[in-house]
Amino acid sequence: MKKVIMGNHSLSYGAMLGRAQVIAAYPITPQTQVVELLSEMCADRTLDAKFIKVESEHSAMAACLGASLAGARTFTATSAQGLALMHELLHWASGGRMPVVMGNINRAMAPGWSIWSDQNDSLSERDTGWLQFYCSSNQEVLDTVIQAFKVSETLLIPSMVVLDAFSLSHTYEVVDIPGQAAVDEFLPAFKPPFRLNPRDPRAFGGLTSPEHYFELRYKLQKDMEKAPSVIERTGREFERLFGRNLGLVDDYLCEDAELVFITSGTAGYTARVAVDQLRREGVKAGNLRIKVFRPFPFQKVREIAGKAGKLAVVDRNISYGHHGIFYQEVKSALCNEEPKPPLFGFIAGLGGRDITTESFKDIAAYTLSKPKPEEEIVWIGVKL
Amino acid sequence: MKKEKTMKLSLPEEELMTPGHLACQGCGATLAMRYFLKALGQNTVVCIPACCWAVIDGPFPYSSLGIPIFHCAFETAASSASGVRAGLDMVGDTETTVVGWAGDGGTFDIGLQALSGAAERNENIIYVCYDNEAYMNTGIQRSSATPYGAWTTTTPVKHFKTRPKKDINAIMAAHRIPYIATASVGYPEDLYKKAAKARALKGTRFLHIFAPCPAGWKSRPQDTVKLARIAVQTGIFPLYEIENGEKTTINIKLKEKKPVIEYLKLQGRFRHLTEQEIAHMQEEIDRNWERLLKGCS
Repeated sequence: MKKVIMGNHSLSYGAMLGRAQVIAAYPITPQTQVVELLSEMCADRTLDAKFIKVESEHSAMAACLGASLAGARTFTATSAQGLALMHELLHWASGGRMPVVMGNINRAMAPGWSIWSDQNDSLSERDTGWLQFYCSSNQEVLDTVIQAFKVSETLLIPSMVVLDAFSLSHTYEVVDIPGQAAVDEFLPAFKPPFRLNPRDPRAFGGLTSPEHYFELRYKLQKDMEKAPSVIERTGREFERLFGRNLGLVDDYLCEDAELVFITSGTAGYTARVAVDQLRREGVKAGNLRIKVFRPFPFQKVREIAGKAGKLAVVDRNISYGHHGIFYQEVKSALCNEEPKPPLFGFIAGLGGRDITTESFKDIAAYTLSKPKPEEEIVWIGVKL
Repeated sequence: MKKEKTMKLSLPEEELMTPGHLACQGCGATLAMRYFLKALGQNTVVCIPACCWAVIDGPFPYSSLGIPIFHCAFETAASSASGVRAGLDMVGDTETTVVGWAGDGGTFDIGLQALSGAAERNENIIYVCYDNEAYMNTGIQRSSATPYGAWTTTTPVKHFKTRPKKDINAIMAAHRIPYIATASVGYPEDLYKKAAKARALKGTRFLHIFAPCPAGWKSRPQDTVKLARIAVQTGIFPLYEIENGEKTTINIKLKEKKPVIEYLKLQGRFRHLTEQEIAHMQEEIDRNWERLLKGCS
């Protein structure tokens, strides 16, 4: 059934169709509609789930972990400060192998208070051991939530489904909402190998000496390394039923490109439009939108970006004292590759400043006019 | 036929805690868990945050408890237990009792917000605070459960703690939860009875168990039970219940309270106190006792 819905409601429908059993959440702008709709769904029994209305995001994640360990499929959603408050428990989720799925609406970190989009909230959680999916349409948000449950439960690694504040969270688009029966066929009930069960008493997460800790983390990384193939396999299964595939990246006209933008989130969608316009103007541009950030799709990036004339990475985030975070990741993916296309790093759109097709044209003009970047970071649209 | 003589036991013989744990000699917290589980039985899940019990249970892959344990983050005993309850309900296990089991730091301080949230929602959990009156697991730092006058490593004798112990039970009573009880490891039958009563009720139940710590109190391991009894007999730690946040019942009534010095002299942590300071402490105990009596009427 096709419906015109906002990005936030795409998350809610994804959780509903995925039959989340326990939801624990705390309100934060711009996430609120996600949990408002879910609480309505729980109240009218559209969704058979327990909704725990906790007193903080920290407790939201703690409750999700408890529920997950009890054997229930769990979902939550947050943003920015809320995600930062959860930080400790993000490590707990992955270290404890609890496959929680969480929506995060990309919102800039305070101070100054901002409710608008940038990626520093979710990318600050890069090293917490969560799978991270960056979406660029409401359809992709819904599809990703459903697939994230399956991928997470296969690997016992939690998933973060990320979307931009307002440009996706509050933007209405046509979304094809799958039928429940088909989703049930795709996504079986959550059956963890171990859970809190008095008939099989086990201690989870106790004191772990240097004798064992190292191996537990090795196993987490090894399962992370399996994630790209699990995500691709799950995407193919999803495609058979619903005709759409999640995939690790979205590459658009990269094959013969003299310039490839590397993007994520809604900026990746704008980049496609800019590519079309540039092509009409005779510039062979392409766009490689990275959908899965963790695990980083090294192989795909090498295959596609490695062949480009020049690369322009556009980051809506920054690691202060270093560079844009996607830039760092792409650079590390290519560092032992030959030939290495010249890599340009741009920072744009912090705190919700618009990234427009004109921004991409400025980026293209800079990149094409120089053999290599003249500055370590090229700032787009900064007012000085 | 010869009739076999058997000792009449006041507590069930079944043990859900094994001797192979890692507690210090004379640890009150181990007694608390042992007696508590006798009342709770096998159908129990316990959420243990950072506290002595996170260590006492034993290192991975071992456990000294015969029930499932979720070792959770410091401030999350109540929120983790809330999630476990919801999760178990959703997978069809409504029989198992879910317990949050935290020390005084995890309850009075860092976990208070999550506890207040769970109590306000009246989550169907039992929350137990075993109270040894400081951060003993990290090496005896003061918590808001540390009493007036006590030495700790962060309240050295020159600057001993001058503020009274936080009245956690009054805070919990303000949430109007079905059941609150204090208990002491020096009164196992009373502790058992309250744990069993809590188990039979629904909603948020809060047990505050007094658990002496020889390492932190500078007391002799063999005095743990004695201290746990004298604390009650002096009125320092009265044993009472509060039902629905309103009806208070004192379980061990004191016709005459023992003087506080009886309690203090068994511990090194109060050794520096002057007569005047001890008199101040006695006044505070008397005042608290009067307040408790007034609450009963």
